[in-house]
Amino acid sequence: MLVPLNRRITSHPILEFPREKSVAFMFEGKRIEAYEGESIAAALYASGLKTFTRSYKRNRPRGWFCGIGKCSSCLMTVNGIPNVRTCIVPVKEGLNVRRQKQGLGTLPSSLYENPEVEKFDVELAVIGGGPAGLSAAITAKRLGCSTLVIDENFKAGGQLIKQTHKFFGSKENYAGVRGIDIAKILLKDLNELGGNWLLSSTVAADYIEGGKHVLIVPSLVEPKIRVIKAETVVVGTGARENMLIFPNNDLPGVYGAGGVQTLMNVFGIKPGERALVVGAGNVGLIIAYQLIQAGTSVEAIVEAMPRIGGYFVHAAKVRRLGVPIYLRHSIKRAIGKESVEAAEIVQLDENWNPVEGTERRIEVDTIVLAVGLTPASEIPAQAGCKLTYVPELGGQVAIHDPDLKTTIPGMYVAGDSSGIEEATTAMLEGRIAGADAALSLGYKPDEAERLKEKAKRDISEFRESPFGERPRKGKEKVWSMMEAIS
Amino acid sequence: MEYDGGDIMKEAGILSKEEIEKVTPPLDRAEKGPVAVIECLEKIPCDACGWACPFDAIIKERITVPPKIDYDKCTGCGQCVLVCPGLAIFLIELDGEKAKVTVPYEFLPEPRVGQEVVALDRRGLPVTKAKVLKVMRSKDKTLAVTIEVPRELFMEVRGIRI
Repeated sequence: MLVPLNRRITSHPILEFPREKSVAFMFEGKRIEAYEGESIAAALYASGLKTFTRSYKRNRPRGWFCGIGKCSSCLMTVNGIPNVRTCIVPVKEGLNVRRQKQGLGTLPSSLYENPEVEKFDVELAVIGGGPAGLSAAITAKRLGCSTLVIDENFKAGGQLIKQTHKFFGSKENYAGVRGIDIAKILLKDLNELGGNWLLSSTVAADYIEGGKHVLIVPSLVEPKIRVIKAETVVVGTGARENMLIFPNNDLPGVYGAGGVQTLMNVFGIKPGERALVVGAGNVGLIIAYQLIQAGTSVEAIVEAMPRIGGYFVHAAKVRRLGVPIYLRHSIKRAIGKESVEAAEIVQLDENWNPVEGTERRIEVDTIVLAVGLTPASEIPAQAGCKLTYVPELGGQVAIHDPDLKTTIPGMYVAGDSSGIEEATTAMLEGRIAGADAALSLGYKPDEAERLKEKAKRDISEFRESPFGERPRKGKEKVWSMMEAIS
Repeated sequence: MEYDGGDIMKEAGILSKEEIEKVTPPLDRAEKGPVAVIECLEKIPCDACGWACPFDAIIKERITVPPKIDYDKCTGCGQCVLVCPGLAIFLIELDGEKAKVTVPYEFLPEPRVGQEVVALDRRGLPVTKAKVLKVMRSKDKTLAVTIEVPRELFMEVRGIRI
């Protein structure tokens, strides 16, 4: 229930939250004060609400989880429209928001009968405005190609806009620059080149008509559908967070790592007071550090493997802050009725089975899952690309070649949606795909070829690291599959 | 938490004795003035320190080869401390019974020169009280905080708490 609580962070060592304009909306008859630029779900969380929806059968509470429109834990009815992903819809003065009975919305009879339909053409449509998509658009636009970046979110930049840490990599690939600042650079580059944007818009379908891609793109904020004809398409839709199976894993207070970053680093909202992080890969280690920067104490990190998965330097950073990392440990269950009140962790034996008697209760209100990502391959799947399951790449991906071309002519994949890796390689893959798309349309062939080859060299150097071995193997697998097909 | 996850957890994210020896600069060099200590031994793809150094004292043979330092060229300016994405570079300086240690810091409140802070070891455990001598700042808000500690703690102190 709503309690008079403000979870907004007012001072942060790295970030500033200007909160210039306040807006108010109605939530189940109650007035909620929020700030322009916040999502509905974020504003509700800031005001103290934890239960966003209920499960259909057992009426179990569900709350914030992914924060980027990839799960269904925040569906509400907004101005009569059911099943709105409130985490990616911005607050607006006077909105009327309510939760849905048993989590289900009721379809209105007339609202969407005559949506406005807008049609236009573009040479390169980029789906997803994160590091891969932005880099693809910038590269193609620079070569002379007309581009349009489509993103579901109302803020551009994908996951870069919540990465407060400095990136590794090489100087020309922004080593030592914070992700949030890389986002600013890429957005500025694209805007200066005159690249077009379509935010708050979701690609519902991609089909081929007369040798061209036709994208059906409904707006998430107005009754409008765009029908976009594109010569080429780069899919840079990123990934979704993996779930971990344990009792009460659906309780409000159990969040995906990216979801927590969205709350604290995009919206400046403190996720909770005390947290347990599950997973000591780079994401888990970075999250722990950022939680402490946001004012949340991190009680422990548990990692099922007998070693840290992420970089030693990231682990050293959180150890210096006094955070214990329990290797060969996992979460056994979350404890709580309406939201997380504690977590039980347990040691694992060599066969990953819990060791009886090693259970410990940790008093936390926040459990952060950093247990990997799965590529978002829905659009290539729907478009008819041949997919394959590659464990090294995190799941189902469109089979592609080193130029990121899929089995559907004119369609590319890049970044995490082509295989889980990280942001620097996503930018490089975006450059390769963008350059190849421009090249295929005949734009500045020499220059395009040069840019593509340079990005390929950079990416293979990057993957020489032992940390790059797994994705490299995965990529080699899909490349050889692609070769076998063609 | 009192619970001790066993040896396996104690080592996670902590340099071993041998590794600490490996990254320790020659003491006679550290007596002469501040010098960088690079606690980055893994083959991670990064060369931020290499180009951040104004004196070419940090050598990156390849992006995935850990940095090497030329102690004669290093002036202890601290640019690398402010840039390193792993926050894995520190400065040390030995001065009689005292040592100056510079650590990266990205938390609030910001330390002030002259303030007394708690010096922490690699496990985040308090080892001594220390005075803040200097605070450097990068344009992207990383601080490099120099504190004074007893000489014998120069390779132990790696953090501060205010």
